[in-house]
Amino acid sequence: MTDATLAAAPPSDLAGRPQDGPSLHMTEAARARLRRRYAADRRFRQAGLGAVVFGVVALGFLLFTILSNGLTAFRQTELRLDFAFSREIIAPDGKVDPQSIRAADWARVVRESLQARFPDARDRRGARLVEALVSPGAQGQLMDMVLADPGLIGQTRSVWVLAASDIDMVLKGHADRAVPEESRRVNDRQLAWMGALEKDGALRLSFNTRFFTGADSRYPELVGILGGILGSLYTLAITLALAFPLGVMAAIYLEEFAPKNRITDLIEVNINNLAAVPSIVFGLLGLAVFLNVFGMPRSAPLVGGCVLALMSLPIIIIAARAALRAVPPSIREAALGLGASRLQVVLHHVLPLAMPGILTGTILSMAHALGETAPLLMIGMVAFIVDVPSGPLDAATVLPVQIFMWADSPERGFVEKTSAAILVLLVFLLGMNALAIWLRKKFERRW
Amino acid sequence: MSPSLTFALLLVLALGGYALGRAASIRAVGPSGRIAALHSLPTYYGFYVALWCAAPALAIFAIATLAKGTIAMSMVAAGLPAELQSLPQDQFGLVISDIRNLAAGTVASSPRPEIAAAAARYASLRSLFDAAIAAVALALAVAGLAYARGKVAPDMRARNKVERALTIMLIAASTLAIMTTIGIVVSLVFEAARFFARIPASDFLFGLTWSPQTAIRADQVGASGAFGAVPLFVGTLVIASIAMLVAVPTGLMSAVYMAEYATPRFRSIAKPVLEILAGIPTVVYGFFAALTVAPLVQDAGQAIGIDVAAQSALAAGVVMGVMIIPFVSSLSDDVITAVPQAMRDGSYALGATRAETARLVLLPAALPGIAASVILAFSRALGETMIVVMAAGLAANLTVNPLSAVTTVTVHIAALLVGDQEFDSPKTLSAFALGLVLFVVTLALNIIGLRIVKAYREQYD
Repeated sequence: MTDATLAAAPPSDLAGRPQDGPSLHMTEAARARLRRRYAADRRFRQAGLGAVVFGVVALGFLLFTILSNGLTAFRQTELRLDFAFSREIIAPDGKVDPQSIRAADWARVVRESLQARFPDARDRRGARLVEALVSPGAQGQLMDMVLADPGLIGQTRSVWVLAASDIDMVLKGHADRAVPEESRRVNDRQLAWMGALEKDGALRLSFNTRFFTGADSRYPELVGILGGILGSLYTLAITLALAFPLGVMAAIYLEEFAPKNRITDLIEVNINNLAAVPSIVFGLLGLAVFLNVFGMPRSAPLVGGCVLALMSLPIIIIAARAALRAVPPSIREAALGLGASRLQVVLHHVLPLAMPGILTGTILSMAHALGETAPLLMIGMVAFIVDVPSGPLDAATVLPVQIFMWADSPERGFVEKTSAAILVLLVFLLGMNALAIWLRKKFERRW
Repeated sequence: MSPSLTFALLLVLALGGYALGRAASIRAVGPSGRIAALHSLPTYYGFYVALWCAAPALAIFAIATLAKGTIAMSMVAAGLPAELQSLPQDQFGLVISDIRNLAAGTVASSPRPEIAAAAARYASLRSLFDAAIAAVALALAVAGLAYARGKVAPDMRARNKVERALTIMLIAASTLAIMTTIGIVVSLVFEAARFFARIPASDFLFGLTWSPQTAIRADQVGASGAFGAVPLFVGTLVIASIAMLVAVPTGLMSAVYMAEYATPRFRSIAKPVLEILAGIPTVVYGFFAALTVAPLVQDAGQAIGIDVAAQSALAAGVVMGVMIIPFVSSLSDDVITAVPQAMRDGSYALGATRAETARLVLLPAALPGIAASVILAFSRALGETMIVVMAAGLAANLTVNPLSAVTTVTVHIAALLVGDQEFDSPKTLSAFALGLVLFVVTLALNIIGLRIVKAYREQYD
């Protein structure tokens, strides 16, 4: 009932008899009270909406920060230079074999090419500045070219090579050209050279394949996340192989067979508590038990997988128990009535029906494990590893730890790469969550 | 023979055992193949043989493989020259880790000859052990296979035996959670006890200075580190409290809004979006806090003329609070929705507005559940690591000023244990003492919180 209808109705008592004076609820004071109460209700409602909006805005701000910093990392600046693969640098003693090619002074090849392109950089300071345009990775790139085709020796080729990270940052607009020269990492002379290259069409942004095929590096323009992705993959494979069967077995026992007594009560309380133990404590456990007592290799995905398996075990058990509980007792009774043993009832009937729910919970716990960083720091997965790992026993790092390490690096170029690695991680998490939701939607059954 | 090859061979043998046992059971009832004459289905005979083949062998294999490194190292250590043996314990530990790294091939530098020899001996011992383990495990597997294969007969109760073995495995799996807890407690207590043997517990728990740098030489300046953990405890509480100041009002208000005001359509969109906040890895929050929020807080402070540290507790706390919002909101939402509709209806019937109903009826009724969600969220905030590692820094200042730099227990656990450690210095061991404190406190909070949740659930069920 609104104020208007209240005002329109003639004053009456509870039985509907007309009253002499104005009703107690019609006085000015009462209406003011009502207005205040309604206003309070509106404020409360707005506060609630504000809280929701705050959470959503925080999420949006976070994603915006990551996206605006990270999207540019998928393209990398390259510059085109004419490189003279002169015989006297690459094969000074006339020998052309892989070993002497690797040992050649590739820095000189790059330097001479730069000086030929920019004759005004002959002075000592200029030489240093002009060399800072090109990434150290260019030397390796040229070497690989000659290793693949030794016939290049003695020729001059125009090659797109990686630019240094500072140049990359300027071109992408992450480094402001307007700040005073002395507090800029790229000075005016270098900017002039960049301009010259740009005018010749010798400066471009191209897709950064290396980011998806390489591993860690000291130079932001040379880093890749394949090492982290594979490390995460091996770690998660171990985690899944350990935690899924053990978790499902524990859940089956606790839900279907365990007698209700103090020991099973203790196990239940214990599992719930274990799910809430800070993850770093699991790292301490891994360090003290897996590394120091069992002598397992440091930095290996095997150990990381074991630690994460212990961490996700309680989550999987809780999810699997809920899924088993959701299977109606009539299924069990029907199977028992047909003469199946209790284990056959569970393995042939209940478990297959509960499997979608169990898988959903498992995928979500794997997504959780994929984003976990702290326990892996404890067991040495934080090493600087430039090779892509080839198995679960190789020293490796995982995607979140890679993000942590890049985030710690001071160079501006690493901010971009860190954000890009976060984007990749979030895409993986999104995929796993989408898979879980799809599984739930597809196989969800109402009994 | 490498362990993985042995493992693969064992699996192949088990597979063969399955096929053999299955075939044997069918053959046992004669060429007519009257399967019904068997006690169990043929597959159970297969599983029976496979279990006998794999289970004992795999158990021996697992135990021996885990123990071989320790045994080989103690044999190598016993054979080291006397002058290395007489080294103090912490330097001896360094020698041991040198040997281990060298044998694994992870060190490129040229070592002392006696250490290189020890590493070679360690490596050869390990491969000897590998071969021995492979021989024993494979022999055991073949023996088990032959034994079980001989037992296959039509009246053998294979299903019952296999099911009994499976039940034992199920029980073993469900005790693993307890073993994990015991493992955590034992390893923390054991290492922490070694720490407290050198530094008195009272100094650790009540000391006001934290500077865990211990001297390498005895005569060095500042030779004794200070292990008073109070600055870390206070810093942890400051950051966690800031986080709670952000998360509790926001989480609670959004839970009330979702439960009482929001249309189903709004709820079905906003709830998952808020829960994304809980799914984002903490390392991402840490990066966000260090890169964006901390400079923002610092600039805001400068704009109004307040000096804010670059790694202020405020930035880390606010970001941590945002992370925790869904923990508070989803549990509170559950308990608010669980309040019986009759209580709402009664309140509305008395003329209360929705806000009054929520404030005076629903929240008091749901209070235990909300308290539990706050306690669990607080425990989460205490144990959070990556955000504070990346955004709070290492400065152990004893202050409650949210604008200054403070540090937390988890930051120092991580800082002390990342990289190579010598396992006998109080500096490294102090991390386990900190871990023990963290574990005990969060465990207590979790037990209280979970107990309240459980009691509350029973109340309205």
